[in-house]
Amino acid sequence: MSLSLSILLTIALAPLVGSILAGLFGKVIGRAGAHTATLLGVAIACGLSFYVLYQLVWGGAQNFNQDIYTWFQIGQYHASVGFMVDRLTAMMMVVVTFVSLLVHLYTIGYMADDPGYQRFFSYISLFTFSMLMLVMSNNFMQLFFGWEAVGLVSYLLIGFWYKRPTAIFANLKAFLVNRVGDFGFLLGISAILYFMGTLDYQTAFDHAPELVGKTLQITQNHAWDAATVIGILLFIGAMGKSAQVPLHVWLPDSMEGPTPISALIHAATMVTAGIFMVARMSPLFELTDAALSFILVIGSTTALFTGLIGIVQNDIKRVIAYSTLSQLGYMTVALGVSAYSGAVFHLMTHAFFKALLFLGAGSVIIGMHHEQDMRYMGGLRKYMPVTWITMWIGSLALAGTPFFSGFYSKDAIIEAVGESHRWGAGYAYFCVLAGVFVTSLYSFRLLYMTFHGKERFTVAHGHAHHDAHASHDDAHGDTHKEDPHHEPGILEHAPHESPWVVTVPLVLLAIPSILIGFFTVGPMLFGDWFGKAIHVNEANNVLGELAHEFHGALNMAFHGFTAAPFWLAFAGFAVATYVYLFNPSVADKAKRALKPVYELLNHKYWIDELYFAVFAKGGVKLGEGLSKVGDAAIIDGAIVNGSAGLVQRIASGTRRLQSGFLFHYAFAMILGLILLLGGYWLIGQ
Amino acid sequence: MITLSHYIVLGAILFCIAVAGLFINRKNVIVLLMAIELMLLAVNTNFVAFSRFFGDVGGQVFVFFILTVAAAESAIGLAILVLLFRNRSTINVAEIDSMKG
Repeated sequence: MSLSLSILLTIALAPLVGSILAGLFGKVIGRAGAHTATLLGVAIACGLSFYVLYQLVWGGAQNFNQDIYTWFQIGQYHASVGFMVDRLTAMMMVVVTFVSLLVHLYTIGYMADDPGYQRFFSYISLFTFSMLMLVMSNNFMQLFFGWEAVGLVSYLLIGFWYKRPTAIFANLKAFLVNRVGDFGFLLGISAILYFMGTLDYQTAFDHAPELVGKTLQITQNHAWDAATVIGILLFIGAMGKSAQVPLHVWLPDSMEGPTPISALIHAATMVTAGIFMVARMSPLFELTDAALSFILVIGSTTALFTGLIGIVQNDIKRVIAYSTLSQLGYMTVALGVSAYSGAVFHLMTHAFFKALLFLGAGSVIIGMHHEQDMRYMGGLRKYMPVTWITMWIGSLALAGTPFFSGFYSKDAIIEAVGESHRWGAGYAYFCVLAGVFVTSLYSFRLLYMTFHGKERFTVAHGHAHHDAHASHDDAHGDTHKEDPHHEPGILEHAPHESPWVVTVPLVLLAIPSILIGFFTVGPMLFGDWFGKAIHVNEANNVLGELAHEFHGALNMAFHGFTAAPFWLAFAGFAVATYVYLFNPSVADKAKRALKPVYELLNHKYWIDELYFAVFAKGGVKLGEGLSKVGDAAIIDGAIVNGSAGLVQRIASGTRRLQSGFLFHYAFAMILGLILLLGGYWLIGQ
Repeated sequence: MITLSHYIVLGAILFCIAVAGLFINRKNVIVLLMAIELMLLAVNTNFVAFSRFFGDVGGQVFVFFILTVAAAESAIGLAILVLLFRNRSTINVAEIDSMKG
């Protein structure tokens, strides 16, 4: 039996229909109509995605791979729209639609007072459609379409509160940084078309072995291995989208957007598109050790060094954003050691617990009346118990506590790196191990600063109560940072637990955050669950090596208690507990003692400043130069005004000839006649 | 014996006088019209002389046409002159320079 095309089309198009309804007819159908339409669209997509996954795994359905529509045709090349649905795709579809569904639900509560309610729902449904097109694609062209479409929606949503200058700056930054990555990605796709003559996945993968030995003359006197070039170029695309060092700078700034999209786009799904893409292209990447080593080094650098920044951040969303960067680094490391299923597995578990953490942070932000600075929180567990418990679950999963989903995926990655002999694996092993300590440290720091300890805010009862309330309603999530009445640490009302539309998604995400690893680690990671979707050469198969030592999920968890990562995570937990729960003054002392390190981390290694000075300022300088020399001097000065001036000069000379006196004209006529006749006479001679 | 060259020289002299009249005259538009008339007559002299010389009567037929046209042209020229005087109250050539660039 095979999957029916109509089901797959419905999955992809239902969110698009919802988006169009909410976006174009938002005024007509109203707020309730907008969230009903989009929620329904995504719910249909989610339900059918589960059905597709069920059919593929238990129903014995064949993989689906079919072109359904010819987009355009240039010469020999057909760009088609088609679906390739195997277990990898189905898993991604389920993750995307499930998280998206919960985020839709959550948004009803989070954006309740926002004037852009319908617009927001339209965007996130559009995002779901784009992401589905990306993961379900069966060719590189459609992949690129989805890739750019999710980038566009990300841009729109980061700048959702378009009146905030910081949001506009952030979305521009995200867009520009992604352009760098997309440029590499497009070159990679072009290289595939050049060498393979096709952009169809299956055809390209079938012909992948023919790439071996082919070379590309990029620089003089050196022929580059074709597979390596393709691999690195494609990965540069992934670096942009999945925010790997050095293209990671846009992701922390993207937190300017509303929290639901931080959860959906900038944690759970879109940023993992790069990881998914590399896993999907595994037959190509397996041909090139050099590109995989490159991936490994980039990923491990990201995993450790962005995590370190998370330790010194005070904005609750930014801590989680740096945590996302670090976890994306882990996934990339897994790709780098050919543990593609490990990367995808971590992608899945991470999607659940990171979406949970973000939505939890959003819930805290609602409860704190749009205060995001953790220095003014503390002791919130009394006020918001559901958020508190679910955030604990998310953090435990993130830190890799045995039995939680994050443990299985992260532990597998660390062990896979340990097994690998690829160039750079030693460095990567150090980074991922140190990263465990760092992850645990910032996770528990966040929990303690937010939910435990003393309350570091005061509730201003009666203080300009009515007035403040009015401005709060009006500025809900809109311009709160610029609100002149707002003083840090002073709340207008006591913190409160969020409404059910917010807490239900938290609970629904907490369940898979605990359980999904335990139930899926065996087949997905060590079994042959992905089948032919992921291709690993026998020599690189580190997960296959690990599979010999795998004796069930329970056993793995108990074994985890004796392994280094657990104790590193525990050390992080212990340090965080001591410093942030019992003895907060230590943090300040450490900050003063390690001032250079603190400054380094607080300024994010000055990478932003560097980029700003080099690329942004350089770009402006270049633009100024071109404008002054190229435009003002050459085009305006020489060509436009110059030619006009020349005409004017000639004309002012010649106008003297027009004396207006009849006898001058007569003279000119006679002179002309004489010259003409004289000329004929001379020629006749 | 008066030869062809006498006529041609006479024509040339008449033409030169006419040209000089055009250039040198700075006073009177009527003189300009007269100078143009004189030019035509110089040309007519040549026509008649050559017609005789070649024994072809066509040249003399042309002269009739030219004289007719010249008469018409003078009439128009004088009419313009009258209008000009009415508008500008002058027929001084040195003052008529409204086409100056």
